[in-house]
Order: sequence, then structure tokens, then C-alpha cells
Amino acid sequence: MLTKRIIPCLDVKDGRTVKGVNFVNLRDAGDAVELGAMYAAQGADELVYLDITATVDGRSTFIDLVRRVAQTINIPFTVGGGISSIADVSALLHAGADKVSINSAAVRNPDLINELSLEFGSQCIVVAIDTRYIETENGFEHIVHTHGGRKATEIRSIPWAKEVEERGAGEILLTSMDTDGTKAGFALELTSTISGNANIPVIASGGAGNMEHFYDVFTEGKADAGLAASIFHFREIDIPDLKDYLQNKDLPIRMTR
Amino acid sequence: MKTVIIKYNAGNVQSVMYALDRIGASYLYTDDEAEIRSADKVIFPGVGEASTTMSYLRNVGLDKVIPSLKQPVFGTCVGMQLMCRFSEENNTQCMGIFDVDVKRFPADAGLKVPHMGWNNISSYQSPLTAGLPDNAYVYFVHSYAAPVCEYTVASCDYALPFSAMLHKDNFYAAQFHCEISGNAGQQILENFLKL
Repeated sequence: MLTKRIIPCLDVKDGRTVKGVNFVNLRDAGDAVELGAMYAAQGADELVYLDITATVDGRSTFIDLVRRVAQTINIPFTVGGGISSIADVSALLHAGADKVSINSAAVRNPDLINELSLEFGSQCIVVAIDTRYIETENGFEHIVHTHGGRKATEIRSIPWAKEVEERGAGEILLTSMDTDGTKAGFALELTSTISGNANIPVIASGGAGNMEHFYDVFTEGKADAGLAASIFHFREIDIPDLKDYLQNKDLPIRMTR
Repeated sequence: MKTVIIKYNAGNVQSVMYALDRIGASYLYTDDEAEIRSADKVIFPGVGEASTTMSYLRNVGLDKVIPSLKQPVFGTCVGMQLMCRFSEENNTQCMGIFDVDVKRFPADAGLKVPHMGWNNISSYQSPLTAGLPDNAYVYFVHSYAAPVCEYTVASCDYALPFSAMLHKDNFYAAQFHCEISGNAGQQILENFLKL
């Protein structure tokens, strides 16, 4: 049975993870490759590496890191942050990334999604949707944000999710800026609406604080994968424990121990 | 031992090379017929769309070379589909090593397509699966699949049972991506190189 995926996200700056981590068994917890390898060994189903400075600084992405990750780990990984052209994607895929995630560039130029999926195949094109529930002239709506969630657009998130699928995205990485960092749980209703409408997988992100939140997002939220960062980095949740918990609640989970 | 990865317009095969690096295997990445024929093991990877890759193989003559190989050949993902008779992906005539047609997952089964993620394979009967635990999980990304047939040596379920692995004579194939399928995928690659 196709399993629900658990995905740690590593925010990277200058090749190093930036959110604090406290893994005592790692020689260098800031080493993004070593941390990723440890997550893979623990049973993470995929990894996401996000170059968090790229969009803001216009800095080109982190090819060397991607190459070292691909050489080291034997599970799929997605890279994102500041990707805006076919050339960017080509370089990252050739360095060994399995998928790339685009956000601001897709909002700026939606045709880029079509171009990338034709050039490289839908399977490796993830569209990240950062969304926030804000007041508009039509009342409160889920609105797409760019630039790491700082900049509101005029695009409504729910139809945008359908549009990116129709344009050839292979997967959606849905981050609720409302729940992100709260540890109060994923945005279940929005995730359920978007994933229920979609014929492509949806990764839910933002708000995970405990193991039950993952159960909720896979059931009520209809998500195909759950992503989190600091709760894994700070070992508030250990991936093997999380997978045991979810399997004991009868969800399809890839067990590795 | 000489291992060749067949070079064609297959998209990104970098992760296949890295996977071989991790198990300490050396390889040659080439489309040269003489090099391919003299290899001990041939890997035919695939990422892409069936019709354009098949027409590329025809243009360079690899569509005749691959089915005539005598050494162990391992096709993965689209590589496996191109070794079948026909693919519904843009109605493509393929190489016909396995006499089975590749079909699109049904849209009306209420399941997302592509089939993307980790799924368990079962009913192994291949030397490539030696040492694998029961119901091992491997990583799939595909919208088309070969149904279970006489060449099926491992199966998987998504909407319907389908062929996760095929085997006929010296030809081996896997629908999933061994190179990113964790320890199970690594074991399968090692088993192939040990044949």
C-alpha cells in the first residue's frame, strides 16, 4: 500500500542548516549533509532542502551541497529556494536532486510550470504554495504569499492549487503561514480542501507540534505527506517514534526498523 | 567487471551513478555499441516520456542493440516500460522484450496519478530480491504500469496489482527507482551486479 510520507525540511544558508539543532550524536549538527543522512537512516521518507536566502538575495542556489547530498543519501530529496529558470532546474537535477520546488517564480510567471514539466517531466516539479488567511476586499480568503511568506499576492490559494496541477506540477508543497511555527497543528481544513481537489500528491507543512498532528493531517487533512522542521531538529519528535505511532493507528507507513 | 549505464536522452541519471558509487561499483556511461556489447552488466535507466525516448533509441539504433544483448540487462522505471511491447503513453511501440502492454493507471479509481512515493512490493521470485525483507518498501514515481503477467517477479498494488519487477532470460526490470529506494534499492542493485 502506498504509504504516508514523513519529510524533514532543512533550511540551509551557505551550505549549512540554519535553524538550531541539538543532535548530540552528530559531529556537526550544522552540516546539512550529515543531518540529512541521519534523517534518512532514521526512516525519513524524503528530505527537503530549502535555500532560505536565495529568493531574497537573488543568490544562486546551492549546487555543491545538492551534489554532496545526492552522493550520500539513498532516499529522494527536493530542493527549493530562488529557482526561477530552466537553467536553474537543470543544474540542480544534474547535481542529483530528485525534485525541485518553485514558488515565487511560478507566481510571477505561471507558464514556467508548463515549461519545466515539459522539459523535465511533471514528476520532478513541485510547486510550493505559501498561503495565509487574510482579509481582502471579498472578506477573509486564503491568499498565496511569496518571498518566504512575507509578500501577499492577489492569487487565491485554492484555485491556484488546481491551476498549478493543470499546468503540470507533479506535487504541491502547501505551507500554511497561519499555522507555521505555532506547533498547534497543521491547517487541516485548507489542506483537506486542496488535497481533496487535487489529483497530485499534497505535502502539508506548517504547524506540526506533536505526533497526533501528523495523524490528523493524514486523515482529516487528506495529506499525502507531512513536512516539519524544528520539531525534528530539536528532537521534540523522533522520526522512528512518529512512524511507530502512526502505524499503530493503522496508517500505511514505511517501517524501517 | 565492466558495468555500462546506457546513455540516451533519459533525463537525469546522476542518482543512478551515485548509487553505484555508494556500493563501490565502477561503471561506464556510454551509448557506444561496442562498449555496451562488451560489458558484463548493462543498466538501462529511464526518466522521461515513452515516445520521445523510443524515437531517440530508434534514431541511434539502440532499439535493436538492447534486445540483442546476451549479458544481464537491468531496466528501471521508463527503461522497464520501453522493454515492454507497447505503452499507452502516446501510443508508443516499444522494444518488445517483455510481451506485455504498459497501461495508464485508471483515472476513475479515486487515486492520485502519478503513483508517487513508497509502496511495498510482494511475491518476489527474482535473484535480484535475494535478502530483502518481506514486503519491502521501494520508491515509485510513474503514471503508467505493466499489468501482472507471466514475466512478473515482484508485484505491487495501486488501484490494481501491477508488475513491480519483470524477468525474462537475461533481462531484468524494475518499475521503481532502486537508486533512491533506501537499503532495499541498494540491495537490489548489489544483487544485479553479483549475477
